[in-house]
Amino acid sequence: MVSGTMHRRAVPEPDHAGLGDDPRFVQLRSRFRRFVFPVAAAFLGWYLLYVVLSAFARDLLGIRVYGSVNVALVFGLLQFVTTFVVALRYARFARTRLDPLAAELADTAAGDR
Amino acid sequence: MSGTFTTGRALTFGLFVALVLVTLVITVWARRNSGGGAEDFYTGGRAFSGLQNGLALAGDYMSAASFLGIAGIIALAGYDGFLYSIGFLVAWLVALVLVGLMRNVGRFTMADVLSFRMRARPVRTAAAVSTLTVSVFYLLAQMVGAGALVSLLLGIRPGETFLGMSAGEAKVATIIVVGVLMVVYVTFGGMKGTTWVQITKAVLLMAGTALMTVLVMAHFGFDLSRLLGSAAKASGHGAAFLEPGLKYGTEVPGHPGATLAHKLDLISLGLALVLGTAGLPHILTRFYTVPNARTARASVNWAIGLVGVFYLMTLALGFGAAALVGHAAITAQDPAGNTAAPQLAHVLGHEVAGRYGAGILLAVIAAVAFATILAVVAGLVMASATSLAHDYFGQVLMLGRPRESQEVGVARFAAALIGTLAIVLAIFAQNLNVAFLVALAFAIAASANLPSIVFSLFWRRFTTAGAVAGMYGGLGSSLLLVAFSPVVSGKVNPVTGASESLFPAGVDFHWFPMENPGIVSIPVGFACAVLGTLLSRRPADPARHTELEVRALTGIGAP
Repeated sequence: MVSGTMHRRAVPEPDHAGLGDDPRFVQLRSRFRRFVFPVAAAFLGWYLLYVVLSAFARDLLGIRVYGSVNVALVFGLLQFVTTFVVALRYARFARTRLDPLAAELADTAAGDR
Repeated sequence: MSGTFTTGRALTFGLFVALVLVTLVITVWARRNSGGGAEDFYTGGRAFSGLQNGLALAGDYMSAASFLGIAGIIALAGYDGFLYSIGFLVAWLVALVLVGLMRNVGRFTMADVLSFRMRARPVRTAAAVSTLTVSVFYLLAQMVGAGALVSLLLGIRPGETFLGMSAGEAKVATIIVVGVLMVVYVTFGGMKGTTWVQITKAVLLMAGTALMTVLVMAHFGFDLSRLLGSAAKASGHGAAFLEPGLKYGTEVPGHPGATLAHKLDLISLGLALVLGTAGLPHILTRFYTVPNARTARASVNWAIGLVGVFYLMTLALGFGAAALVGHAAITAQDPAGNTAAPQLAHVLGHEVAGRYGAGILLAVIAAVAFATILAVVAGLVMASATSLAHDYFGQVLMLGRPRESQEVGVARFAAALIGTLAIVLAIFAQNLNVAFLVALAFAIAASANLPSIVFSLFWRRFTTAGAVAGMYGGLGSSLLLVAFSPVVSGKVNPVTGASESLFPAGVDFHWFPMENPGIVSIPVGFACAVLGTLLSRRPADPARHTELEVRALTGIGAP
């Protein structure tokens, strides 16, 4: 692809439709969705809770925990902790549960051609 | 303060020049070491590693607004600055779950993903319009900010001159220099040059921030509670300084309506921040600079680590500045608090090594801020030029059959065009209050881009009409609501009576009570995408969606 047209159809496409019914692909898609949808709902909900409390529950957030450290700060720092944890868990999930299946399917597709 | 603040000016200026030279050397090197094809120009040859692209993503994201701005907000309004950083960070999880799919389906831009199973011309046109709007608003905020910041960083005060220029002239000169540099990085260096500029900036920024954080914490004996206590005491607000509510979601005694509007505005801002990042064009184009989806995912994980640590450190900088520099000294330099971090560097340097230490640390931190400005504007120009050339010129005007060299030529020309436009607009807007444009860019990205991205990937029945309606609906509603919001007209400072809006005091046509449109425009964007789909005359092609899913999850057929 050094020069010439950049039209996508110029490259022959692998048989996507056939793979769409492959039980391994169905499993890959369901694993992805069963992990990502609930986790996304959870971290967005957790964040939204934090923002709503920041707006409407200031007495609660003002309670001192240790010295000058209050609930607001602890809650904020917890958002950092959960973000790091979700990122690491997702990385491990994708590496162990998604990537091997995806590689297997890619090999199948390459064999067909 | 102003006397000592300007002693390091020659050193600061020298570092600025050195930084510009380094970035230009990078650009020339990148130009010599890359081919002339579209892959090279738009993606740097897809050859970056996860860590490299992670640094570049963090570099693209941590603008001067987040380095100087958030440190400044924390220094002046305490806890509320932290609210901003949390939204900016959690947003990356949305990007993380989408990055692999986006990387596999697209080639260069967001529109590649959106148009995969749609009619290309209307979808790409809408995506290009939305990309340009988001990027140009963000760019304008950065450039206007750059003009003011460099004058402040060099310590040029009204009435003084530097190299024969007054403060006002130096501002215009800065806007022009920054504008020309960003065009040079992009047109000559392409994505490879721009990425290395971002990496350089990210390393400098992390190192500079880490050094200052260690010095601040050492000053307070590594006791967080002592730092917070001193900051609260010095701020004059007491315990309230450590709680939300001084800047966002403020309570107006006796006006429950206004109080509620302020609180909903805080939630609106939070929504825009958390949902906007995954729709920012200059972040999305970075997903294509790596060889495969796994590396793209790794790069977002690196970015989360870097951005997270950075925002934790801005806490130390902000509260440190509140405690050690003090409210009066900060607002005397800049009422918005943008110089809080450099001023803190001055104080910390003085503690370590007297007058020379103060001058040196101040100059170093000012140079880091300057590098931040240069890198972020380059990333924005790169994203807009890519969308204009690839989406609009290549796929809409040339019906997807341009010669590759022709499209790259157009991208270079587009970069120059957008750069010139940004310079002219920034000079006109230099004395206007345009800080709201960053939050607006996030709100538009969340309202116009995110619904179509999510539905394209996950909703089998989603159609061309839905994508187009979602993008124009989200974009239009954000712009409309902001035009009639207090950021454009009708907000006056209750103490001084001066205008805090775009328009001068006395002009007031606002009826939307909130500054950020997200809480309304994001649902509108999603609703338009759903309605457009349900009302489509042409149904979606389910086979094409299966093809997208297979490609998204397995990477088969991905470039």
